[in-house]
Amino acid sequence: MTTATIIQSLASGLLMGLLYGLVAVGLALIFGLMDVTNFAHGEFLMLAMYMTFFLFAFFAIDPLLAAPLVGAAMFVFGAVAYLLVVRFAMRAKANIGMVQIFTTFGLAILMRGLAQYFFTPDYRSINVSWLGGKTISLGGVFLPVPQLVGALVSLAAFGALYFFIKKTDFGRALEATREDAGAVALVGIDKNKVFALGWGLGGALVGLAGAVMAMFFYIYPDVGASFALIAYVTVALGGFGSVFGAFAGGIIVGLVEASTALILPPSLKSVGIYAVYLLVVFIRPRGLFGSI
Amino acid sequence: MLSVREVTTAYKGLVAISQVSIEVEKGEIVCVAGANGAGKSTLLKSIAGAERIRSGEVSFDGDRIDGTAQHLITARGIAYVPENRRLFPRLSVHDNLRLGSYLFRGKPDREQPLELVFSLFPRLKERLEQRAETLSGGEQQMLAIGRALMTRPRLLMLDEPSQGIMPKLVSEIFQSVKKIRDAGMTVLIVEQRMAECLEIADRAYILQTGRVLMQGKSAELMDNPDVRKAYLGL
Ligand SMILES: Nc1ncnc2c1ncn2[C@@H]1O[C@H](COP(=O)(O)OP(=O)(O)OP(=O)(O)O)[C@@H](O)[C@H]1O
Ligand SMILES: [Mg+2]
Repeated sequence: MTTATIIQSLASGLLMGLLYGLVAVGLALIFGLMDVTNFAHGEFLMLAMYMTFFLFAFFAIDPLLAAPLVGAAMFVFGAVAYLLVVRFAMRAKANIGMVQIFTTFGLAILMRGLAQYFFTPDYRSINVSWLGGKTISLGGVFLPVPQLVGALVSLAAFGALYFFIKKTDFGRALEATREDAGAVALVGIDKNKVFALGWGLGGALVGLAGAVMAMFFYIYPDVGASFALIAYVTVALGGFGSVFGAFAGGIIVGLVEASTALILPPSLKSVGIYAVYLLVVFIRPRGLFGSI
Repeated sequence: MLSVREVTTAYKGLVAISQVSIEVEKGEIVCVAGANGAGKSTLLKSIAGAERIRSGEVSFDGDRIDGTAQHLITARGIAYVPENRRLFPRLSVHDNLRLGSYLFRGKPDREQPLELVFSLFPRLKERLEQRAETLSGGEQQMLAIGRALMTRPRLLMLDEPSQGIMPKLVSEIFQSVKKIRDAGMTVLIVEQRMAECLEIADRAYILQTGRVLMQGKSAELMDNPDVRKAYLGL
């Protein structure tokens, strides 16, 4: 193992990690906002990947151009999922936690089933995109261009999200609702609108991730499952509900995964992630950046 | 301006206020006094839309508002400071105040009530960047009132603003209520401390176990021997 291979691995790990962060941040956002874990988060990713694929297959729209469209469509999808489904689960009188788990879990199963029926279980891929297969050499390190662009999209999305939360009135409403959803009516804010906005943002962020990932991952009805698992680890690692934690957690997961692959056979590449995850759970159960 | 007619509100079948009627005219300070559990908070919650009423009517400027969602009642011009204040604890004082003017976002004069807030409570100005949770009890009450003023209410409702506050600040807060009225607002205040409340109020209602026991001008109530004995400890 040479220094070059190590740097090469860590560089691709970093790129992947930034994407993991983008996949996970919607989950963290929604959890932070309303203490609901979206068990359909992986299926949101799956849907975004299919949207990208069909835009490519039917309209020859390159994934890079599709990304904002898919993000916008997934914003609507997320908000509608809240308004039509999750909102009613929140009204449960007893055992509200279980009701929410089964509701979003049920949504996941439904989405997967519909995908199998309408999209078939076939593996799809986007074989000719503008960036597909291209690499770029930065100081002797070869980086795949799609992943590099994905990482840049992730950085831009996190930057925009930070600005939105810290500097805009809607962002402040989001933070206030996250602090005390029962109190925002005192200043004239409709908490249901804020929740819908949160789900919309969560959908849009995972939608962007899906559009980018459609460039270099196979697309099939169960594709969300493995990425969702990584997203849960990312969020738990970074601290449940923390947007910055999702960013940092994603990078850690990407780097750990890449380092593990250097040492262990590829089939065991996830071992490192879960080992780190368990370590964090034992030493700092609230996650690295969690506050509670 | 505000008219509560024969309102009954219950928690899971347990009646907390029963057939309560009160009127508040524009420009008044009205006090609702009563002991623990009399139903004072329930009355304010019923007006603010935080608790659904079982029967009766609440009207504001002639329009029925019972059954309206709480955030829309705020938007109509009724600001409500609940007894536990409900600030956004980890947000700064400034952000809490800015949230108060959320309904006026994008308007150039959005921060206009800030001048009044700072003149009433100068210590808030010194603590703008501090998190709300790090304020003292009295300062938190000031911030809660300040945040409510930022919504530009025509009617301000305060639930026991003196609760959990050191005596020196209590009179400061009561004095600020008078200044708020002088600035053109109407105030409905709920209190256990009847003496202080009667001092600033034009009229008062006495609530006992969910019903209106007595009502009248503050001066009259203060002179009433029964009230003096039972409520003012004189
Ligand atoms: N959320 C609730 N669920 C059930 N009962 C309640 C609830 N809130 C109040 N009550 C009951 O309703 C009655 C009136 O309560 P309320 O809080 O309105 O009184 P209060 O006059 O504000 O008292 P305090 O001076 O202690 O604040 C009490 O008997 C109380 O136990
Ligand atoms: Mg009370």
